[in-house]
Amino acid sequence: MSLLRPKDDTKPWAGAYQPYDLVKELCIAIGVIGLLAVVLAVLFSSPDDKPSTVAQWSRQLPVDFVKTAATELDGTSGTAEYGPPYNHNGEGQHAAFIYLQKWLGVSHPIDTAADYVIDPLETVPNDPALQRALAEYQAAPEKTQKAWGEAYAKPLEEDAEAEEAGKPLPKTVSVDPTTGMVSVQASGTGPVPTMMTSLLSLARSGGLDGSLLTSKQFFQTDYTKPLLFMADGGLLDKRAEEQHLGGDEWGMMNETGSYPGQAWLWLYAFWYQIEPFKASENADVLVMLVMGVLSLAFICIPFIPGVRDLPRKLPIYKLIWREHYRAIRPRSSA
Amino acid sequence: MSGSTDRSWTVKVREKAVEALPPEKLLPDGQPTYVASWIYMFGVASIASLVVIIGSGSILALKGPAWWHYTGVGHFFNSIHMWAVELFFFAMVVHLWGKYWMSAWRGGRARVWMTGAITFLVAVPTALTGYVSQQNFDAQWISTQAKDGLNSVGVGAFFNVTNFGQMYSYHVLLLPIAVVVLVSAHVLLVRRHGVVPPIELEARLQAAPAVEAPAAAAAGGAG
Repeated sequence: MSLLRPKDDTKPWAGAYQPYDLVKELCIAIGVIGLLAVVLAVLFSSPDDKPSTVAQWSRQLPVDFVKTAATELDGTSGTAEYGPPYNHNGEGQHAAFIYLQKWLGVSHPIDTAADYVIDPLETVPNDPALQRALAEYQAAPEKTQKAWGEAYAKPLEEDAEAEEAGKPLPKTVSVDPTTGMVSVQASGTGPVPTMMTSLLSLARSGGLDGSLLTSKQFFQTDYTKPLLFMADGGLLDKRAEEQHLGGDEWGMMNETGSYPGQAWLWLYAFWYQIEPFKASENADVLVMLVMGVLSLAFICIPFIPGVRDLPRKLPIYKLIWREHYRAIRPRSSA
Repeated sequence: MSGSTDRSWTVKVREKAVEALPPEKLLPDGQPTYVASWIYMFGVASIASLVVIIGSGSILALKGPAWWHYTGVGHFFNSIHMWAVELFFFAMVVHLWGKYWMSAWRGGRARVWMTGAITFLVAVPTALTGYVSQQNFDAQWISTQAKDGLNSVGVGAFFNVTNFGQMYSYHVLLLPIAVVVLVSAHVLLVRRHGVVPPIELEARLQAAPAVEAPAAAAAGGAG
């Protein structure tokens, strides 16, 4: 007897048998399920909302795009401060003394200033003003670069806060309705306004989409950089809110439209809706650890006292086997 | 000749396999009369759904990941694939609940339960990798949301949901193989140990006179 092969408490069946055609049953089941899937496909189809692009983002929400780019440049965006696996600018989440995110290290390095702003701008040809601005920025000490970036980002953040609170928007940020370009009134910003204007132009033309995917090889399949850049901004959030896909609405278990989505993730999504997980800075790791423990318990139900005994105490099994219990009753009482 | 046969790994594997699962146990033509409830349908419904998933998924894989976005036929097969996945999880969840209330791990059947439970848990990332490989807004949103949970426990270091290439490989090859292997092991264990008898009445049932049994009964169970 071992843990996986406990003592046999059910003797070999010596009772009655009935004819059974396993192969026929499987074939019929495949036919029925296949037909059901076809009927559901015909009636309800499947969702396929087009993906967002950086170009769309920069055209539809130019202020949000520039604000996000500014925080990528000054190192205060969500990705810039994320920590592993993208950079060392944070420790990531932890539960007590468990720092799994930190321990596994940086495997997909992202330098937000270089990857999202400086490197794409260096690909823009025939723009002496931009080249001078880039040279000035790169020659400046890190402290100065940060001061320029923060001075430029401040009015944009005030604009975003006012918009979120429904207050009148400050006049320090404006959008030219004809060109879609953003003007930010701020002092002490150095070459940053020139860089941001060029980045917005590059994004609007679609060039930034390609630039963010560029690496050492021709073929690309890794969308980590553009996806994280877009996730730092507001377009994906805006679309998700319109489709009721936000984290406070059970998040990623849903999908666009009125489709069932990944309903099997309900328990995972459930923890995010309640305290202490809801307000915790370490909600993700706490939820993952809880789900890890529950998953292990799920596998080990045969060995967990109480949980394994519950079916014997509740009469649901009598409902499942009611035909048989009814069939044998006369024999046992005879 | 017989000496070399005794030492043959092939012969040993064959003998062990036949001993564990003789043909009449592997493919029985009879089953105990207590197997009489609609709940038993959900096990085979799960397998049937998996067959439809693999069939529709194979067509999508043959035509490439972008095909279903720009052709009506492609979208139709994607819809079949998606609904088969929904049916698969629905059938599997009902099957698992049914087996829980039957205490289906009794009689040395712990491994049957465990392979079933692990299959469910492996099916979850199999589906997730499909959702993040769709190349549409759902894929963008789900991948950027899912990354935080995976990153928080270090999984993101080697399983990057924002890397389409990696997720597509997992979805069309690695995880489906894992699911199929687990389901196969699960079914073979069910065949080996037989369908779990009703709770508490085993002894009384065994005292009842046996009726004429098919080949499987002679082999000691319904597989």
